[in-house]
Amino acid sequence: MSKILELQALRKYYATQKAVDDISFSIEKGSIFGLLGPNGAGKTTLLRMITGIFYPDMGEIILDGKKFDPLNDIQLIGYMPEERGLYKKMKIGEQALYLAQLKGLSKAEAMEKIKFWFKKLEMETWWNKKVEDLSKGMSQKLQFVTTVLHEPKLIILDEPFSGLDPLNANLIKDEIFGLAKRGSTIIFSTHRMEQVEEICDHIILMNLGKKVLDGSVSGIKQSFKENKFSIKVQGDNINASSQAFSVLEDKSDGYILKINEGFKSNDILTHFLQQGVIVEAFNEILPSLNEIFIRLVEGSNARTRSFQQVD
Amino acid sequence: MNKISLVARREFLTRVQKKTFLLTTIGVPILIFAFYALIIFFSVKSTDNFKIAVSDKANVFNGEINNKKSSDLIFEFVKDDTAVLQTKLEQKEYDAYLYVPATYSITGTTTDSLQFRSAKTVGIMTREKIESRISKTLEEKRLMAMNISKTQLDSIQNQKETITFSSSSGKTENQAKVGLSYGVGFVSGFMIYIILFIYGTMVMRGVVEEKVSRIAEVIISSVKPFQLMMGKIIGIGAVGLLQFIIWGVLIFAIQLLIPVLFPQLFEQMQSQPVQPGMMAAAETAKQSGALSGIMAGLNEINFPLIIGCFIFYFLGGYFMYASLFAAVGSAANEDMQDAQSLLLPIMMPIIFAIVIMMQAVNNPNGSLAVFGSLFPLTSPIVMMARVAHGIPDGVTVFQLILSMVFLILGFFGTTWLAAKIYRTGILMYGKKVTWKELWKWAVKKN
Repeated sequence: MSKILELQALRKYYATQKAVDDISFSIEKGSIFGLLGPNGAGKTTLLRMITGIFYPDMGEIILDGKKFDPLNDIQLIGYMPEERGLYKKMKIGEQALYLAQLKGLSKAEAMEKIKFWFKKLEMETWWNKKVEDLSKGMSQKLQFVTTVLHEPKLIILDEPFSGLDPLNANLIKDEIFGLAKRGSTIIFSTHRMEQVEEICDHIILMNLGKKVLDGSVSGIKQSFKENKFSIKVQGDNINASSQAFSVLEDKSDGYILKINEGFKSNDILTHFLQQGVIVEAFNEILPSLNEIFIRLVEGSNARTRSFQQVD
Repeated sequence: MNKISLVARREFLTRVQKKTFLLTTIGVPILIFAFYALIIFFSVKSTDNFKIAVSDKANVFNGEINNKKSSDLIFEFVKDDTAVLQTKLEQKEYDAYLYVPATYSITGTTTDSLQFRSAKTVGIMTREKIESRISKTLEEKRLMAMNISKTQLDSIQNQKETITFSSSSGKTENQAKVGLSYGVGFVSGFMIYIILFIYGTMVMRGVVEEKVSRIAEVIISSVKPFQLMMGKIIGIGAVGLLQFIIWGVLIFAIQLLIPVLFPQLFEQMQSQPVQPGMMAAAETAKQSGALSGIMAGLNEINFPLIIGCFIFYFLGGYFMYASLFAAVGSAANEDMQDAQSLLLPIMMPIIFAIVIMMQAVNNPNGSLAVFGSLFPLTSPIVMMARVAHGIPDGVTVFQLILSMVFLILGFFGTTWLAAKIYRTGILMYGKKVTWKELWKWAVKKN
């Protein structure tokens, strides 16, 4: 698969901070990409460079095989920033039309697409309402529509689910999957790890302006696994001591085990099966992204990122 | 370019479609009209006759008080004593009486004074009229007592010095024209001053609103910050232009309508001068032929030049200052107070300009006026004062062109600086910004 976006040694320094410090990664076409990181990791700055709002101090952005040209490539990108908003006094239909035209659509094209999306998300009755009449969730929906309306190749969503109830969040989630299926690439920035696990194919984790982690969700989980297993067993007088593993937790209906060096998961099963115990369930415990996140970020001074001297 | 016009169109339409726009645009001229109508109404209405009984015991007036025709003051000579007059006053036969004691003398050797008593409190204007009538009559009597005849007196009063003022260009200056130039210069300079403030702050409020409603970043991801800023400035500028055109047309139309709607009022106004001051002015004007002078002065003032310059300096000044106002707006947070303190350095040159302008209308070629009309931050206001005096009396063609070039350069300068502040400020939240920081944003690269 070809790459939609490639960042090469991207760098942006502020007066008191290395906001983005030498970041490189690439995103495949049609994938859903998660950009993770604690507050102040430099995610927003990175996204602003990708959307052409900021110019990088150093490094290169390649969009769809060509060098990124902020003036003309804007149409290829749909960006929903974390600090988002709409004109409160403007009618919703007019507002969507205006934003679509700013993206470079003609009026007729824009109208057609707005009608399509409004119908799809059951927003047709909103046309003559004003944004101030909408609830937070409703305006979030509108914001999403205005972001993806022009069918951009690259969609960047910064915390798209904040403020949405589970129903609407699912609705948006389905749309995100749909867009990816139709060939759009989605960059998804958040610190809600369960959403990332559910949605993203590929993630990178940023901390203190640097890339800490880069890989597919399952690959990362594999690489961070601690060979922990949970086993559910039934029987009396179970002997749970073995060379093959050590018991981390003794539960009423089973154990949490850690395999010792040099043994395999089958060795656990053999141990229990030999005793004639009924094994009801056996599975590997992979660390959640949340745990990985916390493990990687904790200990760094991310929570209170101090200002550093940049020279 | 296309995006600038899109942004400008939105800024223009959302403002023009607001009810408040219609209200202010149509309402202001109507309010001005209503204000004038009220003034006219009250001045015409106050022509109730005021009847004064004069009991001249000393016979100083000789039965006659300088009675002008078409006056609302009526003096009636009676022989009654104060007691009788008092009762008549109470019976409302007269509005007031004037009692001259028998011992009163116009040469002023006695300390007696004239007694004036009225049924109701007399308004200041009526009181002034009465005072001036009586003292004028007495003055004439005194002069006559010194053997100066009435005809001599009249001929002295009608003699007026005629001094010809002319400028170095050799053109004879019409006194009325100088006064008119003063007025035109002052009014147009002041109007540009008001425009800069009203529409400048409108731009600033628009920027703050975009920032507070958090839409700035959404928009910035599809248009360049410069395009957004310029679009806003052009859109609001167009609103201002439209508003001024509507005002101009409305005021013009209303003025044409007044004599049609109120013909009797118009006649009355002509036959009956509105105020004593105006009355006197009109009379002297008639005497010295100044009315025709005013007409000639109006013809001599180069209105196409003034209107052309007004539009140029209106737009130039607006565009130059609007970008600065936008920069301040971009640096402000939810708290408008922040913006206020940042505004001060922008307002200083505007206020400075109005001070120079007040000097320039009097002395269009003074060094301060010349400097103020060339310096781009003050020229939109100051130059109007000089242009009103015409070319070359008020300003030379060279200076005018130089000033225009400077203004255009100034516009590019401020816009360039402001755009850099704006693109940083518009995405900056929650931080109180100082001018020092704004300057840093302006001069840093990118």
